[in-house]
Amino acid sequence: MKGFVLKEFLHIFRDRRTMLILFGMPIVQVLLFGFAITNEINNAQIAILDESKDEMTLAITDKILSSGYFHLASVLTDRNQIEPAFREGVIKEVVIFEPNFSQRFGKENQAHMQIITDASDPNTANLLYNYTNAIIRDYTSKSTQLATPPIQIGIETTMQYNPELKGVFMFVPGTITILLMLISAMMTSISIAREKELGTLEVLLVSPLKPWQIIIGKVIPYILLSFINAVIILVLAYSVFAMPVRGSLVLLLLESILFIVMALSLGIFISTVSKTQQQAMMLSMFVLMLPTILLSGFIFPIENMPLPLQIISNINPSRWFIIIIKNIMLKGLGFGYFWKETLILVAMALFFVAMSVKKFNIRLSK
Amino acid sequence: MRTIRFILQKEFIQIFRDKSMIPIIFVIPVVQLLILSFTATFEIKNTRLIIWDQSRTIDSRSLISKFDRSPFFSLEAYVETYEQGIEWLKKGKADQLLILDPSFATDLQMGEKGKVMLVTDAINGSAASLMNAYAMSILTDYNKQLLVAKYPLAKTAEPVELRSSHWYNPELDYKTYMVPGILVLLVTIIGMFLSGMNIVKEKELGTIEQINVTPIKKYQFMIGKLLPFWIIALFELAIGLVVARLVFGIPILGSVPLLFGVASVYLLVILGFGLLISTLTDTMQQAMFISWFFMVIFILLSGLFTPVESMPQWAQQLNLINPIAYFIRINRMIMLKGSAFGDFANTFYALVLYATSILTLAVWRYRKVS
Repeated sequence: MKGFVLKEFLHIFRDRRTMLILFGMPIVQVLLFGFAITNEINNAQIAILDESKDEMTLAITDKILSSGYFHLASVLTDRNQIEPAFREGVIKEVVIFEPNFSQRFGKENQAHMQIITDASDPNTANLLYNYTNAIIRDYTSKSTQLATPPIQIGIETTMQYNPELKGVFMFVPGTITILLMLISAMMTSISIAREKELGTLEVLLVSPLKPWQIIIGKVIPYILLSFINAVIILVLAYSVFAMPVRGSLVLLLLESILFIVMALSLGIFISTVSKTQQQAMMLSMFVLMLPTILLSGFIFPIENMPLPLQIISNINPSRWFIIIIKNIMLKGLGFGYFWKETLILVAMALFFVAMSVKKFNIRLSK
Repeated sequence: MRTIRFILQKEFIQIFRDKSMIPIIFVIPVVQLLILSFTATFEIKNTRLIIWDQSRTIDSRSLISKFDRSPFFSLEAYVETYEQGIEWLKKGKADQLLILDPSFATDLQMGEKGKVMLVTDAINGSAASLMNAYAMSILTDYNKQLLVAKYPLAKTAEPVELRSSHWYNPELDYKTYMVPGILVLLVTIIGMFLSGMNIVKEKELGTIEQINVTPIKKYQFMIGKLLPFWIIALFELAIGLVVARLVFGIPILGSVPLLFGVASVYLLVILGFGLLISTLTDTMQQAMFISWFFMVIFILLSGLFTPVESMPQWAQQLNLINPIAYFIRINRMIMLKGSAFGDFANTFYALVLYATSILTLAVWRYRKVS
């Protein structure tokens, strides 16, 4: 048994390229997520169509451009230029001032502006519109000399758990989950399918090793690999992005091991239902990868999805694990708050193990 | 030509012989497109709100009813203490806690500021700032209402009237934005993984030796390996477009032949990438990991989920070698804005250049001796 585990280790570590990627991937991904992936807007390219060109429109333009959110890409002179500008895809917003802007502002106290956004990206469009709106409101409230009545409500806001609204807080739990899922489930499913395809599994099966010993032997190296990876990600998140671990670290590591075991049993299950490596790979790719990213609350909050999808997301183990990580790392909660999620993961692991054993035995009796 | 035809025949037989691969290639991507397009939304439709009303007056209730009527909030419960409220946040059963000061109503009547506190679960920073913005807009609205009641003569109208129009997607529907992107993604995954696994599979099973001893030329072999996946991926794109049009009602404003023209060049890049990986690796597992590694980076940087403009400069420059970024951009332009060839000619030429170099590299790297 010991010799067999050792053989599996050698098998995996011998493959330098895979090793490099396995350990390079978490680092690259966490850094990318932390630095590059952001929903905030800065330096959005806009165009300005100023049909008035008086000191007031220039002042507003100046305000908008100095806010840091916008970058002036081009100055338009005609409304017919708007459509081509959008179609080229660089410009995200056009700000239009009507003729005689400051005159009408002074005399009629009613001047018009128009904001056109490229809403093919609705999220950005909405944010840009809100930013521009806020800047203009700010300008007009300062420039009108009317005694504005005092504000009646004092509002105090608290951003609980993440006062600086950092994106990493959202992405690190997701990245850990994805990588653990990938390494544990995909690697095992493919490596077992490979032995099947090459016929070496039969050789193992006629050896004095029991089937469960074979499985355990295959799985142990991956548990270790996944665990090391989880630790690397946590250390990076902690040191580079100052992400806190407010709860118990031991508990976090234990829960990670539980998730790894669950993912491994899922991987074994996939390998028992697929005949070739390619099948195993495509199955894990489509059944695991995209749902793990999209149906887990990693990037998009589950509460905003249509109800049927919210229900489907319940069978996605990643969803529960992400809740657990967030509870421990960010909210600093104890086991009492996520025993249900833990129980669900345990049940899933047991289910996959039972299914695989059943499948595996049928195979043997043939 | 005849040689190529035979290789093609062999490849097609090989792909379709494996019956279980057919649903994986054709059905799963469509299901994914259907499901995933609904999940990918940043819209906040339903903030779960709990309230600690220490004032319990007509004023406080009229403010609360404003929240209650708003479509963005659903009032989950009233709590009696601060700790109780935080407990709801901890359990993840509520997103936002609104606290009204005990002297809220009396302060307002005395002409002082009525105090209100908002506590938001901010682990998801961008969602939190949206929820906060919605709450703020209700509060400012209420504020305005109070002002009008108190100073009926004061001018509360804004001196600058701002009109907004959202082009190409007036209802700001997120699906319109996501579907073209996810479509690209699915075609890419199919293309890259099928081609990436292909040669390496022959290597692993040893069948490549048999091909190597035949008089087939390098380029013939490569064409034979490329064409089947190219056809499958384009076919897949066609199915995807039909789904996008019929199920999601996404208008395809631009020209469909143009879209396919760009797609066929793009697929050459992706397939070339797959073949290159295939020639550089020894086992399918390796090939898969390398493809996965690049895929994840390409997808995340491509602007599929988050806007490219917001990324730091170095990340935007990385996108110069990111084929997915090119095609997602063009695809969205054609489908949603009806852009014509002239609007993205440079991007297209970049793709052509990319395809040529990566295919050359792949053919050059492929050795007939192992």
